Amino acid sequence: MDFGQTAEMLARIQFAFTVSFHFIFPAVSIGTASYLTVLNGLWLWTRDPAYLRLFEYWKTIFAVTFGMGVVSGIVMSYQFGTNWSVFSDRAGAVIGPLMGYEVLTAFFLEAGFLGIALFGRKRVGDTLHMVAVVIVAIGTLISATWILSVNSWMHTPAGYAIDANGNFVPEDWWAIVFNPSFPYRLVHTVLAAFLTTAFVVGAVGAWHLLRDRTNRQARTMFSMAMWMAVVVTPIQIVAGDLHGLNTLEHQPAKIAAMEGHYESHPDGAPLILFGVPNETEQRMDYEIAIPKLGSLILKHDPDAPMQGLDAFPPDQRPPVVIPFYGFRVMVGIGFLMLGIGLWSLWARWRGSLFSNTWLHRASIAMGPSGLVAVLAGWFTTEVGRQPFTVYGLLRTSESLSPVAAPAVGASLAAFVVVYFLVFGAGVFYLFRLFARVPALEDDHELDKGPVRAAGINPGPAQDDPLRQGGRHAF
Amino acid sequence: MPFDLPTVWAAIIAFAVLAYVILDGFDLGVGILFPFFPDRHDRDVMTNSIAPVWDGNETWLVLGGGGLMAVFPVVYATVLPALYMPIIIMLLGLVFRGVAFEFRWRTQRGSVWWDVGFCLGSGAAAFMQGIALGALVQGIEIADRAYVGGWWDWLTPFTLTTGLAVTVGYALLGATWLNLKTTGPLQDRAKALSKATAAGTIVLIGVVSLWTPFIDAEYFGRWFAFPTAIFSVLVPFLIVLCAVALWQGLLSDRELQAFLASLALFVLCFVGLGISFYPYIVPGALTIQEAAAPESSLVFLLVGAAVLIPLILAYTGYAYWVFRGKIDPEEGYH
Ligand code: HDD
Ligand code: HEM
Ligand code: HEM
Repeated sequence: MDFGQTAEMLARIQFAFTVSFHFIFPAVSIGTASYLTVLNGLWLWTRDPAYLRLFEYWKTIFAVTFGMGVVSGIVMSYQFGTNWSVFSDRAGAVIGPLMGYEVLTAFFLEAGFLGIALFGRKRVGDTLHMVAVVIVAIGTLISATWILSVNSWMHTPAGYAIDANGNFVPEDWWAIVFNPSFPYRLVHTVLAAFLTTAFVVGAVGAWHLLRDRTNRQARTMFSMAMWMAVVVTPIQIVAGDLHGLNTLEHQPAKIAAMEGHYESHPDGAPLILFGVPNETEQRMDYEIAIPKLGSLILKHDPDAPMQGLDAFPPDQRPPVVIPFYGFRVMVGIGFLMLGIGLWSLWARWRGSLFSNTWLHRASIAMGPSGLVAVLAGWFTTEVGRQPFTVYGLLRTSESLSPVAAPAVGASLAAFVVVYFLVFGAGVFYLFRLFARVPALEDDHELDKGPVRAAGINPGPAQDDPLRQGGRHAF
Repeated sequence: MPFDLPTVWAAIIAFAVLAYVILDGFDLGVGILFPFFPDRHDRDVMTNSIAPVWDGNETWLVLGGGGLMAVFPVVYATVLPALYMPIIIMLLGLVFRGVAFEFRWRTQRGSVWWDVGFCLGSGAAAFMQGIALGALVQGIEIADRAYVGGWWDWLTPFTLTTGLAVTVGYALLGATWLNLKTTGPLQDRAKALSKATAAGTIVLIGVVSLWTPFIDAEYFGRWFAFPTAIFSVLVPFLIVLCAVALWQGLLSDRELQAFLASLALFVLCFVGLGISFYPYIVPGALTIQEAAAPESSLVFLLVGAAVLIPLILAYTGYAYWVFRGKIDPEEGYH
């Protein structure tokens, strides 16, 4: 089962496939974990049952997403060894300890307190339960920090030496962890996770508002999500811009691919809005461009020279198609998110935030936009690093395991089948969970699960605030 | 025994693997035993007994793998390609078993399929771990920091036997865990299964132990060389002791004793393996010293590990304590 491909290509497809699946779940669980912290904090502070209800509502969704994040992540941590063994041997001494720290500081923390955060409120009391919720949220952020440091080191390696075997040897851990692209990538990716969640929450809220605009819980979640859109999207755009400037400094070939510049522009590069990259002829067809704007954005000077791909030897050029389109998709979505944010601000000012059905419909359409942007961004940055795994130092073709193409092909086929089956079902269940009406009453069949089944959260009881209705403050 | 950095790290990795085996062992075991409990309600109780802890248990596997990449990269880079297929099957098995905890609650009609996935996933993961162990004992061909053997080398009668041994052993852990956490008819059945799997485990430990010296005479030498010979004499004795404690615990309803005795069986086998391997980390191919990463990697991670591992053990213990006691089967059901 080699599908007519080389082992290298199959291994790359397999990595891209599994990591893409892996990343969409953490993107949601990082954001949801923080959202749960906020909701639980608001419940403890105000004792408004709407927040507790929302906490319980999103908790189940979080549990399903988190479970999928965990199992797809375990696959990732073994993929380096099975498919990229030479890379692991060469770079293991540098990136291995960072991943080791990720396990020790983040994964154990999340796993250790997850049970308490999900099932333990009645057992440990409100305060300790809140501590557990906060710890899980912090754990997801610590995890993102380490793994992004690893990934950034592969883009902008620093603090290493190379020994006689050709292996990377760590010299300066500070420089390794805080390598040049890490701060930018960390900020941009964590904000991306928050935005992804905000738009999912907003879409669920909007969906229920379309059915019942008086639903208190739906109003609260929609309003919270729209505040996130207003506040975080502009920051994300600035962060993305700074990230791009940093990439220009360290990986100019990637920027040339993202911008679609096959030729160098010695006196000011245009901004190509759209075009069709022609890889064989190494030129951009049907291009629509604004003269000088590219140099203005990236160098803050309309006449500044910009290198194109022709400035790099052919065997060091990344492919153009994916970075070029991927980047446009991401940036386009960024501006759409900004648009939704501003629209909601206007609606809020007009007092129609909960009645503007077009805003609600648009928010539903934008529900998955964060996921698309996140994947588009990753594809841009990872394909833009090609043909290297460790930029400029270790080629992808030299990173591969000595495993034959049929073995890689067979395992790829197995991953595809299993992932679509399992995660397809998972996404289906998530949609069912989104469809539950976030009513105050303890409602749906699907609500049950290990939560109550663990015998911790007893059923109907006099002191259950969810059953008391409560004041409607908003 | 020298106490240098690579040895310390080998001990830490060994500890992580052992922690994984006994912790995830019992929850994989619960999955393996699913066919013996066809009733949906029983299965709910069984999964609830492990729902709050399985993720933490599985994290030791990530530490074992991730840690290996950090401190013995060449081992990670040679053993995983050598065990390509068993590892991939194990990972896929773990996918099914991990999602089942949540998914089986999200559907009425489909839930039995997630139960099947839970059981087969747990079984496949256990069996493949046993095969991986057998393949390591059997030896892996390495030249010039790369795996050079064939890609079916892991499949032999010996590895199939170790696969079976680990599966039955995990079932034993699962059965004694259920015996500890449940009540009524469910517990009675768990107890009966504990007895059967205990007998099976002990027989298979015997078979594998007797077979091993024939795989490689060096193991024989190590077992009967001086300081370790003391242990070799002790081991069979200790195993019998554990077996007695296990049996007695089951008969006299000392459930915790029975569970701990079955864990102790695993610890003993693991120590035995350690003796067989030392000073190699991949038997016959790489020693601990040869395989170690540069000193600065070892030191950097050790600083954190020295502080964090005790901390992890403390809060993991706390999490177990929060969820202590029997699962109440009636509470919370509609
Ligand atoms: C920006 C965030 C991010 C990125 C880029 C990655 N991960 Fe991840 N990962 C997480 C954020 C995360 C998380 C949010 O922290 C998860 C989700 C569920 C969980 O337990 O933690 C997680 C889970 C998770 C687990 C399971 C941990 C457990 O048992 O609890 C492993 C082994 C990995 N990841 C490994 C990887 C590897 C090898 C990656 C690189 C290819 C990777 N992750 C990319
Ligand atoms: C989680 C989000 C991520 C996504 C969506 C992603 C996406 C991709 C894609 C699409 C490729 C294939 C590139 C190509 O073949 O042209 C790739 C390759 C790769 N990425 Fe990532 N990546 C992610 C995170 C990471 C992280 C965090 C690391 C490091 C720890 C990493 C390491 C690699 C490696 C080793 C390869 C294989 C070699 C290569 O083709 O470059 N990736 N990734
Ligand atoms: C219009 C605003 C945006 C700009 C200018 C921008 C800019 C960038 C740039 C230049 C990169 C490539 C980094 C590299 O060269 O390695 C990137 C990557 C990425 N972007 Fe954006 N971005 C924007 C919006 C978004 C949005 C809205 C999301 C998600 C919600 C997002 C998610 C990502 C992710 C996940 C990556 C890959 C990880 C990384 O390298 O940081 N971006 N972005």
